[in-house]
Amino acid sequence: MAHDGHHHDHEEGSELSPIALRVKALESLLVEKGYVDPRALDVLIDTYETKIGPRNGARVVAKAWTDPAFADWLKRDATAAIASLGYTGRQGEHMVALFNTPDTHNMVVCTLCSCYPWPVLGLPPVWYKSMPYRSRAVIEPREVLKEFGVDLPDAKQVQVWDSTAELRYLVIPERPAGTDGWSEEQLAEIVTRNAMIGTGLVTA
Amino acid sequence: MNGPHDMGGFTGFGPVLHEADEPVWHDDWEPRAFALVLAMGMTGSWNIDEARHARERLPALQYWRSSYYEMRHYALVLQLIELGLVSAMEDEQGRMAVPPKPVKRVARAEMIPAILASGGPADRPSNRPQGFAIGERVRARTMNPRGHTRLPRYARGKTGEVVAVHGTHVFPDSNAHGGGEDPHWLYTVRFTGAELWGKDSRDAVCIDLWEPYLEKAP
Repeated sequence: MAHDGHHHDHEEGSELSPIALRVKALESLLVEKGYVDPRALDVLIDTYETKIGPRNGARVVAKAWTDPAFADWLKRDATAAIASLGYTGRQGEHMVALFNTPDTHNMVVCTLCSCYPWPVLGLPPVWYKSMPYRSRAVIEPREVLKEFGVDLPDAKQVQVWDSTAELRYLVIPERPAGTDGWSEEQLAEIVTRNAMIGTGLVTA
Repeated sequence: MNGPHDMGGFTGFGPVLHEADEPVWHDDWEPRAFALVLAMGMTGSWNIDEARHARERLPALQYWRSSYYEMRHYALVLQLIELGLVSAMEDEQGRMAVPPKPVKRVARAEMIPAILASGGPADRPSNRPQGFAIGERVRARTMNPRGHTRLPRYARGKTGEVVAVHGTHVFPDSNAHGGGEDPHWLYTVRFTGAELWGKDSRDAVCIDLWEPYLEKAP
């Protein structure tokens, strides 16, 4: 998707918004000054557009559901267990897997910025980085969950994880009933991004 | 600092608006802004804590009004100008007016996969003794530093229980201000909702906190 993002550009009376113009100007300048390689920008964009996304995390969850030894490894050392599937690196250097249980529902936020486990979930959705989610997830998680259509029974406790350090959290949702005998691939298909952040449940 | 970034516990920003099948980008400039932030970070001109602190130092109303990628762009420009990598006039005009300053590294396209795959682990060896154990009751200190900290306001002065010990990690309060990595023990501390928000809250919040943020519970 090299520079086709610039197709709206005209010489005069540009249709670009002020921020789009600012970013375009900065890109030209940083390339001219030799600080960035324009081809590197394309590789970065392509990586997070096509290679790294929530399908990675769904594979981790499906394997945890079908392979008890892997689930155990995830509990003990999520970074190594996840790396064994090939998901490593930036914003996933120190992984922790949070297993939902009948008693506890886990939900992840970063109130101070927008920390998120990139290697397994890709780039965070807009709502995760938004002021409403960052401000309310810790003080009224049940109200936030209701806005996602998740209404938990009173008996279930919500445990919110505020990612204030370099640890990155992946929620392992409860495996839904009616999926006995499903293959790992079939299971991975039903695991949603929101379920791995803790703002969704997995249904078969 | 008690900046606009420290959002936990606010209300008044409205509902969480989530869209089904959300695309990775919402406008053509967003991927370019994102890639510029990453590529400039790869020049080694600042560390992650300095980058976070730059975002916190944006004027509060600008921070709250901006979309995520706008905010990242403005914080990047702030850092570039502060470090003399770019002048304010160059940013305005998008054209070089002063020669570039040397940077530690320019990330070429072929280097990107390896750089992303290795990431930037934050654990570091340290001889400091471990001050707290799992199960111990600790209180987050009441403190309001002028500089960078990762102790959210809503936890200050509150008492919780250590539920995990993660070894020694780079200490952001030092690393954001040229004070070196100064590794400290990092814990996950679980606070009940009742402790944080009052008796009507039944839930709990776990927060990752470095030892200097904590003291023995009274």
